Amino acid sequence: MTDGLLTSPEGTLLILVIAILAHEPFRWLGLYLGHGIDAQSEIFAWVRAVATALVAGLVTRLVLFPVGALAEVPLLIRCTAFAAGIGIYLGTNKHLGAGVFGSATALLAMQFLTQ
Amino acid sequence: MSFSILSQPTRVEFSTVTEGVKQEKTSQANDLANPGKVHANWTFIQGMRVALSTPGAILMASSGGFGALANDAGMSLFNAIFMMAVFFALPAQVVLMDQLARGGSIIGGALAVGLTGVRLVPMMVTIMPLLGKPRPALSRRLAAAHFVAITAWLEGLRLLPKLPENRRMTFFLGIGTGMSAATLMGTALGFELAGSVPLAISAGLLFLTPIYFFLSLMAAARLTMDWLALVIGSLLGPPLFVLTPGLDLLFAGLIGGTVAYVAGRRFDGILEEEE
Repeated sequence: MTDGLLTSPEGTLLILVIAILAHEPFRWLGLYLGHGIDAQSEIFAWVRAVATALVAGLVTRLVLFPVGALAEVPLLIRCTAFAAGIGIYLGTNKHLGAGVFGSATALLAMQFLTQ
Repeated sequence: MSFSILSQPTRVEFSTVTEGVKQEKTSQANDLANPGKVHANWTFIQGMRVALSTPGAILMASSGGFGALANDAGMSLFNAIFMMAVFFALPAQVVLMDQLARGGSIIGGALAVGLTGVRLVPMMVTIMPLLGKPRPALSRRLAAAHFVAITAWLEGLRLLPKLPENRRMTFFLGIGTGMSAATLMGTALGFELAGSVPLAISAGLLFLTPIYFFLSLMAAARLTMDWLALVIGSLLGPPLFVLTPGLDLLFAGLIGGTVAYVAGRRFDGILEEEE
């Protein structure tokens, strides 16, 4: 049922509605709270932890259960390239660009080498 | 030409300002820190230039990854670009697109989007005080709010304190506009490339998104619980995806985050007692 939503105008409308109802309000809430509430409070620490865990879960899912072209790359290469990205990031004094592009380059290189 | 000309904007013509951009590259920091009158356009353009820096390049490449992912999932180019514009937050976009592509429930998708959006609240709370005095118009604050996402937020926190207060809002709107433009171009490029480049390169583009998210989380982690949440969430993601597809991210977030919070607080408590 949700198949056609990726391409149809109804899908465009759905994207807009979800953005306005489920996403942008958090920015407005932050705008409102930004005047009085302490960013160091416990509730925010918990919220941050939940958001971090959620995105981390998304990351491992994207790497371990990928869709499309990435699914054609062997699991071992995906995991090695991911670990290489973390290693490069830490090894370059936490340079985000080096880690991100180094990881993708490692993925490419390993694909060509194993072909 | 020195920027003394630029700080006397008695209708400085635009051509003069752009000439200044070329010649004053090295002294831009000094120029921006000057609390005197500077043409608002100049401040805005300087903000937009931040999109040309390394974080901007990563963001553009990651949007390319999103575009490639969208193409792969079967989304139309228009919907992909539209999604990039109205969300301006890659995790929410990837979550929602993934949910739609897998034919999952719309409510579940909206809930997961909401959960990824919660992390924007503390970002907003920490950046608004930097933009504030004198309190800008509501329309400008809402526009600035839309640009709050990990990259623009990090750059804002890093650069805004160096500027005089009256120039920060315009500068941040410049950062946001530049970053947003970069993401829209990146999405379109990634979308088109994914369809026409060799499979190996498409795979490389698709790989940018997860590694960028993960390293950004590492870069933003401060507390023990942030690191625990990162590890526990990573470990919970795959099994929950197998056990509860559709609700897996929600559970990974709530369970992983809560466990990390409790364990992190315990751990900090133990450290304090030892001291």
